[in-house]
Amino acid sequence: MGIARYWREIPQRYNLIGTKCGSCGRVYFPPKAICPVCRRKSIGKMEEYKLKGTGTVETYTIIYTPPPHFEGEEPYAIALIKMDEGCYLMGEIVDCDFEDIHIGMKVEACFRRIEEDGTRGAIQYGYKFKKAE
Amino acid sequence: MEKVGIVGYGAYVPRYRIKAEEIARVWGKNGKSISAGLGVYEKSVPSMDEDTATISVEAARRAIKFSGVDPTEIGAVYVGSESHPYAVKPTATIVGEAIGATPDMTAADYEFACKAGTAAIQTCMGLVKSDMIKYGMAIGADVSQAAPGDALEYAASAGGAAYIIGKDNIIAEINETVSYTTDTPDFWRREGEPYPGHGERFTGEPAYFKQVLSATKKLMDKMGTKPSDYDYVVFHQPNGKFPMRAAKRLGFSKEQVEEGLLCPIIGNTYSGSTMIGLSAVLDVAKPGDRILATSYGSGAGSDSFDITVTDKIEGYPRNNIRKMIENKVYVDYALYMKYRGEFK
Repeated sequence: MGIARYWREIPQRYNLIGTKCGSCGRVYFPPKAICPVCRRKSIGKMEEYKLKGTGTVETYTIIYTPPPHFEGEEPYAIALIKMDEGCYLMGEIVDCDFEDIHIGMKVEACFRRIEEDGTRGAIQYGYKFKKAE
Repeated sequence: MEKVGIVGYGAYVPRYRIKAEEIARVWGKNGKSISAGLGVYEKSVPSMDEDTATISVEAARRAIKFSGVDPTEIGAVYVGSESHPYAVKPTATIVGEAIGATPDMTAADYEFACKAGTAAIQTCMGLVKSDMIKYGMAIGADVSQAAPGDALEYAASAGGAAYIIGKDNIIAEINETVSYTTDTPDFWRREGEPYPGHGERFTGEPAYFKQVLSATKKLMDKMGTKPSDYDYVVFHQPNGKFPMRAAKRLGFSKEQVEEGLLCPIIGNTYSGSTMIGLSAVLDVAKPGDRILATSYGSGAGSDSFDITVTDKIEGYPRNNIRKMIENKVYVDYALYMKYRGEFK
């Protein structure tokens, strides 16, 4: 990923900043410019919204054959998480034995290294999830 | 003089551990005798996706959450470490952004071997006392380096702690701080080198003990106190033995040291060492308790703090760090090397 895109996405990657529709109250992550439900009624009413970072594992899988940037980190768990605000997002589950991961498990966001552009490039940080304390 | 002190604190230690015996097995040493000699039984190991920035953020977020401080009121973020992820590009901006303190703040990374975090506390105290900022955040964190097979490898570990310094809602007042600093080359890492070098036995008497004992005595002289006036004492913990020996030479008891002595179970977290130890003490301290904390950074210097716990500690969420340390998973030497990125 290019530096400019990473930098633009820092608010969502570090702090789970999404958007909330001022018309219906639905929360979106990643942020949306328009609410797909309220459409024109939401124009000008989409507000920044910081997710609490807590959610529930909806489903998950263990990756044994990762994409090139993540080679060497396998195996790792990727989960679809339903955030407490109702939106869904995908994230890695860390610090948890695979046999303990289950659908319905409560998780919370933590801050980790995501990838780096070789040894000379920038390091990208962002959210992952761990079992809720 | 207006009071200044700790408004919030949070500490973080990664989940993985390696036993000193496992390291000794690989290098053909007697693990039991090394553990007994150093007073280190196991040490924390960072996961592949953890570094000084992520540990700093985790500690800082805990300090914010527990204290309830509005992060936009934090006017300075200083991160002390000798393992910043970048040689050039601050860790402190990553932390500032991740806790929501940016952009109206000043920030910098500090380096003074293992005492950069306590130097950051002193900087924040100055800025708060002079009303340049309302709150300052001082962090000490490391993912320590040690050459495979070096004596340092038995202790060099990962962890960190963050302190919010301010004047309002102080849970522990910092009554005084003094420093003792000399040019003593006991431990160093040259630019571009992956591992530190050290002066073996030279790191003890003229380095650690000279600075730690001098700073601590200087503080007690200034305050007119004696060891028995303190409920707890925390020293920098390069191993389990040095802080105990420093305590004995100054006239502190074993009991005064034990609560804040985590090195035997997590190793030497370098810049995190004194600060995580102090957090373990604050986790159990009662209002009115008096704490003496002295850091040590090779190169060399010590910062010593005289602290009194206030009534506000009662409402602070505690019992954190020892609980976190109990949640652990052991790795063998090969996995430890992989997690540290030693296989190129």
